[in-house]
Amino acid sequence: MDNVAKKSESKPYKKGFITPKTAPYIFILPAVLLFLAFTVYPIIASFLLSFQTRVGGVYSFSGLDNYVRLFSDPIFYKALGNTFILLIVQVPIMLFFALLLAVFLNAKLLNMRGFYRVSFFTPAVTSLVAASIIFILLLNSDYGLVNYILTSIGLEKVNWLTDGFWAKVSLIIVTTWRWTGYNMVILLAGLQNIPNDLYEAASIDGASSIRKFFYITIPQLKPVLLFCFVLSTIGTFQLFDEPYNLTSGGPNNATLTITYYLYNQGFGYFDFGYASAIAYVIVLFIAILSWLQFKVVKDD
Amino acid sequence: MKSVYVKKSLLHFILIVGVIISLGPFYWMIVGATNPSGDVLSFPPKIIPGNYLMENLTSLSEAIPIMQALFNSAVIAVIFVITSLLVCSMAGYAFAKFKFKGSNVVFSSFLLAMMIPYQATIIPLFQIFGALDWINTYHAVILPQICYPFAIFLIRQNMKGIPDSMIEAARIDGAGEISIFFKLALPTMKPALAAVGIFLFTHQWNNFMWPLIVMTTSDKYTLPVALSTLAGLNSVDYGQLMLGTAISVLPIMVVFLVLQKHFVSGILGGSVKE
Repeated sequence: MDNVAKKSESKPYKKGFITPKTAPYIFILPAVLLFLAFTVYPIIASFLLSFQTRVGGVYSFSGLDNYVRLFSDPIFYKALGNTFILLIVQVPIMLFFALLLAVFLNAKLLNMRGFYRVSFFTPAVTSLVAASIIFILLLNSDYGLVNYILTSIGLEKVNWLTDGFWAKVSLIIVTTWRWTGYNMVILLAGLQNIPNDLYEAASIDGASSIRKFFYITIPQLKPVLLFCFVLSTIGTFQLFDEPYNLTSGGPNNATLTITYYLYNQGFGYFDFGYASAIAYVIVLFIAILSWLQFKVVKDD
Repeated sequence: MKSVYVKKSLLHFILIVGVIISLGPFYWMIVGATNPSGDVLSFPPKIIPGNYLMENLTSLSEAIPIMQALFNSAVIAVIFVITSLLVCSMAGYAFAKFKFKGSNVVFSSFLLAMMIPYQATIIPLFQIFGALDWINTYHAVILPQICYPFAIFLIRQNMKGIPDSMIEAARIDGAGEISIFFKLALPTMKPALAAVGIFLFTHQWNNFMWPLIVMTTSDKYTLPVALSTLAGLNSVDYGQLMLGTAISVLPIMVVFLVLQKHFVSGILGGSVKE
């Protein structure tokens, strides 16, 4: 075997197994095998599992039972609702701040740009678990720094992690803190690609900065904004680390997300069929929402 | 002139507020890690770092094998990055520099898989590793993501820049395909490989859900899983907890500060740009 390999290396055109014709297949082989085993097979298997229920330790086909059960499951609706609230509230807030920071950092008169960029991006390299844990301490209702600041400016303490409404707010705060800088970097790169003569021409025509922002920056940035929207939508449907560590999904399921519910069903109750049905609902929602976002941008 | 000065100051003021919000929590983590739990959790809280670091480290190590978790995280991340870079750059090279039957189909399937959330794979993966009796092993965490489509995509984009004439010349000189890849293609790709490698490292270092599922005993926990377990204990000692968090955050932060340009180019698709 060793001999053959050596020979083929020295005389590639004549003999040996590895020729320019066979080489690409050899190069992709490891990737393809891993892909088949750990991506393709699981995707198909979980699709099939979503039509099966376990009876006495054995999974057997039961038609649409899991999906029927899903659509009459109040906790599923709650988790789905929470996910949509986060999608509608958190994603726009985060992208607004990200865009604002990117525009500021792109301002010509600014110095120390590198320092700001590094500072804003730093939360994005921290694990979501670490971020959640730091915020558990910051948002502690009796002794947390945030409540201390609130009381010292004369406001009431807030039950950040134990009140249903504020727990959602906390989740939004942590997620926004973690991801704003990440999106800012992507948007900043988009801003830097907008040709400068567009702005110069507008200045000659006497356009104000705000007009230039809405008539040049936003339209030019649309593809990049769309990219951020799609990424964040997918991210919201996969939200798990933050609610798991920050609030354990509580209180009373107020911060239970759809992926968290999948985890509970799959690895709390080991109901693999039902969990797989939830997984495919997630796949479906991500597909529909991504398609919608692309369509909205195209039609405009 | 004056209005520019005012504008500039206002801009810096807003951005400094932003920096405080971004970095403040890390400062608070350091305050927590170096003080006794009671000092941080008091009203008013102590707001400067203290000298209780060693005591916190001792009690942290007693609560959970944190150094073992650090070791597990490091070994898993390093093995993952090396194998994934190798597998993905071989595939990326084939897609970029060879015309072969099936190339489009395979490459499109990789791209399509990028759109499918990992939740759709997690349950059968657990069954596979269960059947192989590989639960609670390093390779259970490493194997599923070695073929990382985004990495293949980025590497392919970059490998396209290698001139065909260079590869052809090497062939005429008698170099084999394998050695062309290792001695010619890979070395020209160093900046892109660094960017992709750092991206993969960060991804694995911070990976939580899958290690949480497959790692079942505390001697195999990675840092995020160990931290999460510690935070879930009934009597939480915040000094311990913040020190544990600092141990998980600081290494990746140092890597980031040293190699920040590669980080950014990793998420921007491998283009290194100022």
